[in-house]
Amino acid sequence: MIEKLLDYTLRLADTALILGHRLSEWCGHAPALEQDIALSNIALDHIGQARNYYQYAAKIQNLGKTEDDLAYFRDERAYRNVLLVELPNGDFGKTLVRQFLYDAYHLPFLSALQDSKDEQLAAIAAKSLKEARYHLQWSSEWVIRLGDGTEFSHQRVQNALNELWRFTGELTAPNVTDSFLMSYEIAVDLNIIRPIWEKTVSDVLKQATLSAPTQKWMQKGGKEGIHTESLGYILAEMQHLQRTHPNCTW
Amino acid sequence: MVINQIWQLLETVCDPEVPVLSILDLGIVRDVTEIKGQLVIQITPTYSGCPAMNVIEMEIRATLWEAGFKNVLIQSVLKPAWTTDWLSENGKRKLEKYGIAPPVTASGHVGTLFGRNPEVKCPQCGSKKTEMVSLFGSTACKAFYKCLDCLEPFDYFKCL
Repeated sequence: MIEKLLDYTLRLADTALILGHRLSEWCGHAPALEQDIALSNIALDHIGQARNYYQYAAKIQNLGKTEDDLAYFRDERAYRNVLLVELPNGDFGKTLVRQFLYDAYHLPFLSALQDSKDEQLAAIAAKSLKEARYHLQWSSEWVIRLGDGTEFSHQRVQNALNELWRFTGELTAPNVTDSFLMSYEIAVDLNIIRPIWEKTVSDVLKQATLSAPTQKWMQKGGKEGIHTESLGYILAEMQHLQRTHPNCTW
Repeated sequence: MVINQIWQLLETVCDPEVPVLSILDLGIVRDVTEIKGQLVIQITPTYSGCPAMNVIEMEIRATLWEAGFKNVLIQSVLKPAWTTDWLSENGKRKLEKYGIAPPVTASGHVGTLFGRNPEVKCPQCGSKKTEMVSLFGSTACKAFYKCLDCLEPFDYFKCL
């Protein structure tokens, strides 16, 4: 039980951290100042959410470790984040599409996690939910703006959509941990989230004049620690200071 | 009463990002209690990643330390989640005077995906002819607006 709850909490923490880290890479590089600030703000929300999950994970683990130990001293294979969030930013359009595909899942997921029998996860979800609403509003509006924009912007986001599509299945595919914790009403029933995600995505894509890829095959693995090559590079950058000078603070 | 004195001291601690607001105006102090000679102060974060929270915690410690209270425990409470509804009326007036439009409606407003953006009054000239420039502003808690009458840009403290 403890092991499964830890695995689940770490997945939420890792997913939030890695997405936050990816978004933070845009700081100082976005196409307009407002979007630079938006991306940084959203990154900050995710990193804040990650801290809440990590603090809880450390408590569950009960080995005297801190949130920092969990973020900085675990290897690639121990990371449980979904693959979608670790994929490289690409251009602004690709980052936007990745964010939208994730937000469309994240909002109903948090909404359901609020009712978890695990009180701490429910509390973190209730807190994060309010932030996730703004994220989805922002990313949807941008997907529509770019999709229904110029021929050039349309093509870019359509390409991004085609490329990222195969990583979306994992978001709502329950694994062993999900199924186990669902029976205790701790984990969210992902089978309920899938149709909500599909509806949001199809509504927005329609307005954006984009077409949903027909590809059915989905890449999974993140929840079990099997990642794309991208994660190693992220961790190398994110962890190098703590790995070189363990426990340094500033 | 010690507890009353603590509340008065907390009134002097300000939000580092919006210095006209005390942390009581902001509504983030949930409870102050004394347990076995230790002061326990419960605060609730505004946004999960708000960098001001660490600073606020340090300021609380420093303020209480100076007043002679050295045994202080600050707890972060997530539930119930902070909402802009907890901003005091006085706090909202101070915000507007400072040039930041206070949150317009009760939380839950942005519940719908394409909820229309709220009608925000320009804190400079009072016109309601304003438009949103960006959903995300200079800090996590603000959106960026501009007034179509006086043409001044301004921050809007968005509903959460």
